Amino acid sequence: MFTKSSTPFTGLRVAVTGGTSGLGLALVRELLGRGARVAFVARSRDRVERIAREHRGAHGIVGDVSLKEDIHPIALQVIGELGGVDVLVNNASDLGPAPLKLLADTECEEVERALDTNLLGPFRLTRALLGALAASARERGGAVVLNVSSDAAISPYPSWGAYGASKAALLHLSRIWDAELAADGVRVLSMDPGDMDTPLHALAVPDADPATLKRPEDAARELADAIAAALHDEGRVS
Amino acid sequence: MIAAADRPIHRPADAQLLIADAAGRVSTTPRTAFLDVLRPGDLVVANDAATLPASLRGEHRPTGRAIEVRLAGRLSLAGDEVREFAAIVFGEGDFHMRTEDRPLPPPLAAGDRLALGPLSATVLATLDHPRLIRLGFDAAPDAIWAGLARHGRPIQYAHVAQPLALWDVWTAFAGPPVAFEAPSAGFSLDWKTLSAMRTRKIEFATLTHAAGISSTGDDALDARLPFDEPYHVPAATARAIARARLEGRRVVAVGTTVVRALEHAARRDGRVHEGCGLADQRIGPATRLKVVDAILSGVHEAGTSHYQLLRAFTDDATLERMVEAMDAHDFRGHEFGDSVFIEAHVTRRPARRRPTSRRLPVLCDRR
Repeated sequence: MFTKSSTPFTGLRVAVTGGTSGLGLALVRELLGRGARVAFVARSRDRVERIAREHRGAHGIVGDVSLKEDIHPIALQVIGELGGVDVLVNNASDLGPAPLKLLADTECEEVERALDTNLLGPFRLTRALLGALAASARERGGAVVLNVSSDAAISPYPSWGAYGASKAALLHLSRIWDAELAADGVRVLSMDPGDMDTPLHALAVPDADPATLKRPEDAARELADAIAAALHDEGRVS
Repeated sequence: MIAAADRPIHRPADAQLLIADAAGRVSTTPRTAFLDVLRPGDLVVANDAATLPASLRGEHRPTGRAIEVRLAGRLSLAGDEVREFAAIVFGEGDFHMRTEDRPLPPPLAAGDRLALGPLSATVLATLDHPRLIRLGFDAAPDAIWAGLARHGRPIQYAHVAQPLALWDVWTAFAGPPVAFEAPSAGFSLDWKTLSAMRTRKIEFATLTHAAGISSTGDDALDARLPFDEPYHVPAATARAIARARLEGRRVVAVGTTVVRALEHAARRDGRVHEGCGLADQRIGPATRLKVVDAILSGVHEAGTSHYQLLRAFTDDATLERMVEAMDAHDFRGHEFGDSVFIEAHVTRRPARRRPTSRRLPVLCDRR
């Protein structure tokens, strides 16, 4: 019989960025529910402490992935507190200008912020954790980086310029890194969770009917399944 | 006298490599040619420890005087056992001052409170030296990690003018943050090199060893180095070593810490067991190496414990020729300097018996 304790998540060490709201928080809960050991990162100390209090066993880390100076302190805490890392989910995202703007009206600083959070943050954090991820793959046969993408990475939606361009770049980064790290047993996945009822979506489309949107819990389950499938493909033994 | 490399660049374009082969022949080459001195089938073992921000500035509460605490040792690698450390305490001044010239801290006594940025700590015991203490942080593990991440800095060097950031002291493949100073022999390896190893059928494996502090500037303390250092040999690495030994392939250690860990793990029966241990041995001219066939290391000065360790690989006449060649070619020393590759004099016969899966007593919890 398929039981929770037999899932590949038991004891798995997972880091999730943007873990105090929306999809990130749903992922933290989903992964904890499947038996993973979870460290989550977010900017607000109050929220991090509250979520850590509410979720026994979750390690809360205060940090901003868009800041270069925060990356190594975050990586230090992730690996230190979990004793290593098997899965990294780069989920923290910046919408760019809110409300959304045509690209011609978008300030350079708004594009930079979106790139810092959605592209450079995942690049830097993945790089800082790559030694630990590769060690995990050598030891147990596979590790996963999951970059949360968007249909805006593929479709040129007007007024989603800063976000769409940064997510397109992240998608391509994921594909190149996946090719480069295949021999090391580190998979780099990119997944579009769909339009969800999250704070980020509410910023972008304030008048959307939540009933028409996907629940982040459902998206979190799909992402966790994708991680499990990738680890299984790599032949990981837990 | 070998000059110190004074810029924190892991792979300077002009880095050099000095090679001493098993016959004691000495030659030099650009370090980019490192893989050419390896052979297909070699197993390269590196230390994947990331470096802690082990230097903490603060105040000795009983006197109000400024201090710098350098975390220097721990008995476990477990992430949730970070309350207690051996530590070396300096008085006022900073890294621009040579450690030799740093004043002593105020007299320290058990029970003294230390304010270290967001962290507070207590002197649990003094260890029969004015600078050396056992320190206990007064916080839960996650708060200690957060405090180290926020307030700690890598241990700095007077010979490197610009302050070192954490990324300066992490190797490309750094993982568990357990080293007090960088396992710097690994700086020469980037991901391109690791990929090229695979193409050349050179195997790569890692262990984790809590590389300790290299120098305290105090002769009495330095004579005690290296302190006991915990290490962890992953099962996959133990298996890779067993296979290499069985097939007569070489085990190449990247750095002195790898030698110390592997030789300690094999001390009982000559086979490297998976699991955790506490390396407490000294390696020197009298040591008979059981596992490691060659070492890639930095440039070390005579008299240091690192140099002593090299004497296990080759004779003093060869080491003297190496020093002459390094002088002649302006080799640079210390963490960001040039490298040496030394093949052990005596080649061992392959291990005959199959390895068993017996584990060492568990000292660290790597859940």
